[in-house]
Amino acid sequence: MSDRATVPEVRSASSAAVPDAGSAKARRLRWNPALIAGVVLLGGTGLTVLIASLVIGDGAARLSADIAQPASGEHWLGTDYFGRDQLARALVGAEASLIMALAATVISMSIGVLAGAAVWTAPRRVRELALRFVEITVSYPELLVAVVLAAILGAGRWQLVVAVAVANIPATARLTANLSGALYQRDFVTTARLSGVPRRAVIGRHLLPNMAEPLLIQVAAAFSTGLVAMSALSFVGLGVQTPDFDLGRLLADALPSIYSRPLEVVGPTLLILLLSVGAMLIGDGLAAAVDPRVRRRTTARAETPAGSAPGASTAPVVVRDLAVARADGTPLVRGVSFEIGRGEIVGLVGESGSGKSLTALSLARLLPEGLTATASELRAGGIDLLGRPTRRELADTVAMVYQDPGTTFNPALRMGTQLTEVLRVHRGLSKSAARSVITDLLAKVHITDPERVLRAHPYELSGGMRQRAMIAAALAAEPALLVADEPTTALDTTVAAGILRELGRIRDETGTSILFISHDLGVVEELCDRVLVMKDGEIVEELTCEALRAGAVTAPYTRMLLDSVPRLAVRS
Amino acid sequence: MSGLAVADLTVRFGRMTALDDVRVTVPAGQTVGLVGESGSGKSTLAKAILGIVPVAAGRVLLDGAEVPVRELTRRVRMVPQDPYSSLNPRRTIGQTLAEAVDPARARVGRHRDRIEAALAEVALPADAADRYPHEFSGGQRQRVAIARALICEPEVVIADEITSALDVSVQAEVLRLLDRLRHERSLTMLFISHNLAVVEQVSDEVVVLHHGQVVEAGPVDDVFAAPQADHTRALLAAVPGGGRSPEGTIVE
Repeated sequence: MSDRATVPEVRSASSAAVPDAGSAKARRLRWNPALIAGVVLLGGTGLTVLIASLVIGDGAARLSADIAQPASGEHWLGTDYFGRDQLARALVGAEASLIMALAATVISMSIGVLAGAAVWTAPRRVRELALRFVEITVSYPELLVAVVLAAILGAGRWQLVVAVAVANIPATARLTANLSGALYQRDFVTTARLSGVPRRAVIGRHLLPNMAEPLLIQVAAAFSTGLVAMSALSFVGLGVQTPDFDLGRLLADALPSIYSRPLEVVGPTLLILLLSVGAMLIGDGLAAAVDPRVRRRTTARAETPAGSAPGASTAPVVVRDLAVARADGTPLVRGVSFEIGRGEIVGLVGESGSGKSLTALSLARLLPEGLTATASELRAGGIDLLGRPTRRELADTVAMVYQDPGTTFNPALRMGTQLTEVLRVHRGLSKSAARSVITDLLAKVHITDPERVLRAHPYELSGGMRQRAMIAAALAAEPALLVADEPTTALDTTVAAGILRELGRIRDETGTSILFISHDLGVVEELCDRVLVMKDGEIVEELTCEALRAGAVTAPYTRMLLDSVPRLAVRS
Repeated sequence: MSGLAVADLTVRFGRMTALDDVRVTVPAGQTVGLVGESGSGKSTLAKAILGIVPVAAGRVLLDGAEVPVRELTRRVRMVPQDPYSSLNPRRTIGQTLAEAVDPARARVGRHRDRIEAALAEVALPADAADRYPHEFSGGQRQRVAIARALICEPEVVIADEITSALDVSVQAEVLRLLDRLRHERSLTMLFISHNLAVVEQVSDEVVVLHHGQVVEAGPVDDVFAAPQADHTRALLAAVPGGGRSPEGTIVE
């Protein structure tokens, strides 16, 4: 995937769908095999068909004396009972199918997209009604709707186009409505509405450009399914009628003599296949190209540089020369070394992108995919994290508490099930034993009614309660190291103060080493014994908490951070 | 009186009362800080003022008179919280600002001078107008959002948690900018935040909201130095890293 610099930007292919996506931020289209194959297949076939039918013109209908010939140099696919060249007929028929499919796609996309986007700018009542209506129409299979419509409208190529286009509108409208719904909640749309931007401008400027990619994929899908549906309808006699012909009509004509002259079905079948598969591949390729997750495929693993000597330190947690890099070699964390003593709380401070979370995730061996960590020593509670610790060893040694207690629990399961999981799975405790251990731990983190909490679903608890429960669960394995990644950032200050007190108490009572990550120097100086300040992946300063409180910092970056923290000047 | 006034405002969501008889006055040229914890109704108040959520009772007064929503949204502008969600990724900064000046046509060329002046005011270079949001950092984006709110010279600005999505150093920079603007342009501003220290830095007066009710209101210095309500005291006590004055000496 290194060839992405040479290709043009994603531009709007369908003018109806995407008014000005082309002028958007210069994102490059990432070519992939499916996209290349699709473009070659559809482009090649389509071009051949168009040029051929221009050259052949009426020749496809010309009768000749060569009746029912087999394949020959003159007639590559033979001739039919009227002496017409099969290849010429297939190519001209394909042109008709192609144009009809394009027309149906343009109609269904324009109407579907406009309807789907307009639904969201309508008043609430109208919107609810319209959304329900779209949902109901989507539940009818497209082909069935097309068949019924074709039967009502009567035979003929434009009737067929309308039938297939209308049948495809609900799917497009629902996709657009769903995409618009998500965008509509975004602040930039709210701001635009508040500043009096007219409805059609909200759609044209804010909604459509931001859903260009999914709509492009939908265009490809609509074209492909439309082509097949039209061929099917013509095949059963509901579409194009003789003397007109498209690919479906040709297949129907070839059917009676399929045993005597199987060659007749080859041309139309092959063209339907090439065109629809080509369009499908373009759709798939586009989907893959806009999905950023497909871009990286690398592994995450801790690598031991040669000669990793066991350190002399006796501290429970030792990190030596930790480096984290992207797959392409970009360093994100460099030369980070520190120790955490027993019962010590070390704060890791820095702003977004400083590498503080990556440092912590390396310790828990939870680095995101595509990142590689290396170190000369990485140890916690007697476990060499550079080796291959089992999941159980890891779960028993390092516990993590995350930032957002709202998303760390599965909303569908009761707290009891989730909190006892580590004990049941890793320690092999029975359900009741695990429950009683957790009940004690919950009581320890000052949850007043542990039984009720265990029975509750996560959404029934407040953020502070969930965070306390998470800390209790983290302590269940009696870990040597507790990594707390911004555990109070998502909480209200009064609740956060309680959580900080809890962490301090745990340290005093259990002697657990705690790595406390935060961007908030105020929080850190309240809780930690020692503070490491990180910037751009490196530790720029190490401070005792007293030094931090007294403002005795040396690194200019720390000074700047400290000055940035808003402080109350007047206090009671 | 001139400025923004919210009189006896009540907002209900179903059976839940989000705002209960709330009274807030933002005198012209003053900044009123609105503090409270999550769920206290801070953002609901902003939305109710702008007519985004329906009001069960009470009035929103601008210069002492009720005005229709269309006129109100023209005279009162909001800076949203998240700079990553408040700018359309597919439009240049210039297009975004042009839309604020001229919602219907949003032509950049016609308003070029005004756009550049607005950018200069928030200390962004003129060529920023031709660039897209992804080329800017969070702090710069928030400056753009501020420029968008100020470009049409609104009478009142509502800033809803505009620094809480930012790093501390960037937050400090945005706060400095806001502090300068509010003195230079004598802004009338309702500044919403959960962070008391931030509110203290940029506000003249403060209103403390708790469970949808105003529990305390008054000049910042008075309220923070001698809080009357228990909830205000609890909020002040919970501010981390306390005990040190800005000069760096320890106060016990």
